[in-house]
Amino acid sequence: MADDDIAAKNPQRSGTNRRRFLMASVSSAAAPAFVRAATADAAAQRNSSGARLPADFTLTINGRDYQLAVDPRTSLLDLLREHLALTGSKKGCDHGQCGACTVLLDGRRVLSCLTLAVAAQGRAVTTIEGLAKAGALHPMQQAFIDHDAFQCGYCTPGQIMSAIACVNEGHAETDADIRESMSGNLCRCAAYPNIVAAVRQAKPVMKTASRD
Amino acid sequence: MRPFVYERVGDWAAATQAAGRLGSAPASYLAGGTTLVDLMRLEVMRPERVIDINALHDSRYGRIEFGQNGLRLGALVRMADAADHPGVQRHCPVIAQALQLAASAQIRNMASLGGNVLQRTRCTYFRDVSYAACNKRNPGSGCAALAGVNRMHAVLGGSDHCIATYAGDFAQALIALGASVDLISADGARTIPFAKLHRQPGDTPDQETTLRPGELIVSFTVPAAPWTRRSLYLKVRDRQSYEFALASAAVALDLDDGAVREARIALGGVSTVPWRAAEAEAALRGKTINDQTAMAAADAAFAGAQGRGHNDFKIELGKRTLRRALRQAAALEI
Ligand SMILES: Cc1cc2nc3c(=O)[nH]c(=O)nc-3n(C[C@H](O)[C@H](O)[C@H](O)COP(=O)(O)OP(=O)(O)OC[C@H]3O[C@@H](n4cnc5c(N)ncnc54)[C@H](O)[C@@H]3O)c2cc1C
Ligand code: SF4
Ligand code: FES
Ligand code: FES
Repeated sequence: MADDDIAAKNPQRSGTNRRRFLMASVSSAAAPAFVRAATADAAAQRNSSGARLPADFTLTINGRDYQLAVDPRTSLLDLLREHLALTGSKKGCDHGQCGACTVLLDGRRVLSCLTLAVAAQGRAVTTIEGLAKAGALHPMQQAFIDHDAFQCGYCTPGQIMSAIACVNEGHAETDADIRESMSGNLCRCAAYPNIVAAVRQAKPVMKTASRD
Repeated sequence: MRPFVYERVGDWAAATQAAGRLGSAPASYLAGGTTLVDLMRLEVMRPERVIDINALHDSRYGRIEFGQNGLRLGALVRMADAADHPGVQRHCPVIAQALQLAASAQIRNMASLGGNVLQRTRCTYFRDVSYAACNKRNPGSGCAALAGVNRMHAVLGGSDHCIATYAGDFAQALIALGASVDLISADGARTIPFAKLHRQPGDTPDQETTLRPGELIVSFTVPAAPWTRRSLYLKVRDRQSYEFALASAAVALDLDDGAVREARIALGGVSTVPWRAAEAEAALRGKTINDQTAMAAADAAFAGAQGRGHNDFKIELGKRTLRRALRQAAALEI
């Protein structure tokens, strides 16, 4: 990983220190937030071939505009988790095989681990952190709680993002539909029956909510 | 992941120019990234320049069109959009099904049709650079799969240099329906039969396609034909969803009062390239599809199959998959 390799060479900026440093710099910034990640700076300084120049771009995440400068190798998932401290989206496999990193890009569910952050520029990202409105949980979040649709919870943010898209795509008509449409989200705790029940519960609530 | 220069281009001319520019510095086009980013992270693919072509989606590269010549699918159409397209579902069900049964909803939202046909093999030795022996990754280094764990590997079209399975599904539908592929590069445009896009490994498994350096896939054209409606894709795998094929069959039939006027058959999961089963098609011509004729066709399709140990089962599984697909296609109400 790009981050690990750079962090290893910059011990003072690695691990929790780096995260705390970044969290501070994000939360104190006026909108649009400007994040020039430590990793990108380190990379830029070592640049000689041109390949390591950080990419500058804007991204809208959960309705807020971010002005970013990161190494082009940074995945959308690492950008969210490591640079912006939005750690709700999870890294299960980093290879498109588990769905834990699912986010919405312009409303469509995608895998943030296989999305280059720089390639998402100009688009709107929704993560699990962006679902609750005015302190009220999204109907899908509530349904997951009501149906105990998790054990360890690691897959849950990805499941919820995927489940919302599943309903919006019209793929939640039958239980079999839901299972097929949700097959891109693995759950090691096998909460599958409860997840199906949660999607069934949230579907009509989501429809009503979007009418008002 | 190795460092690279990222570029976004707005039209094909800029794309092919960008690909040609740095001469020998390896460049890759970026569409959905579900193959490219995965393999760059594994350092199996190491482009020094990544040319993002997604802005081309807002042109004919992103469109699905039906015309006199048949169906035209732009290379940047997302798998999900083609799978959900009512016209594709109605006129070419085998295409819609092959896409719908592939990968996951998230991946189908990201992945493009052009990238799909160029996806790389899932051979575990290819994907893991800690294995030195892989002729595809490292020409001349040998093949770890021949004497290794080769349960997922190909029984058709292999060589003593590589037996890696072509893992995709959509390409089988294209090859069965006799599609062509439109290409463009700084040297100009050309159209080739889709069947000529992929190369069998032979003694150069690293050369997977006949694309010229920097050549861009523009679109696929599926000719209108009497067999496209009576078509289907049957995929057999280790789990019910979100899994690559162990064996699959794309079948399209034109029946005359029950007798086969024309059969189009392609096999997946069992071969090194998208595999047109011409012998099976010939065996069916003029016949009614029943247990005997389907079995004879399946035997013909796998006559040249060669197992390598763990994958021996794919020969029987492949035959049974094709037999079932043929009977199901013949029974379709259209
Ligand atoms: C977990 C997982 C499961 C999967 N399961 C399946 C499955 O069951 N069935 C299946 O068929 N596939 C499956 N896939 C593969 C997936 O469908 C492909 O990765 C995807 O279709 C590739 O498309 P893309 O747009 O993401 O390509 P990219 O990754 O962007 O590109 C792939 C390659 O094609 C090149 N390229 C892309 N577009 C063009 C173009 N227009 N012209 C020239 N070159 C181009 C790129 O340079 C790159 O080399 C799976 C993938 C994953 C990760
Ligand atoms: S089968 Fe092909 S891809 Fe797999 S190890 Fe052998 S040469 Fe490499
Ligand atoms: S972390 Fe993205 S699919 Fe597993
Ligand atoms: S709740 Fe533990 S992995 Fe799904």
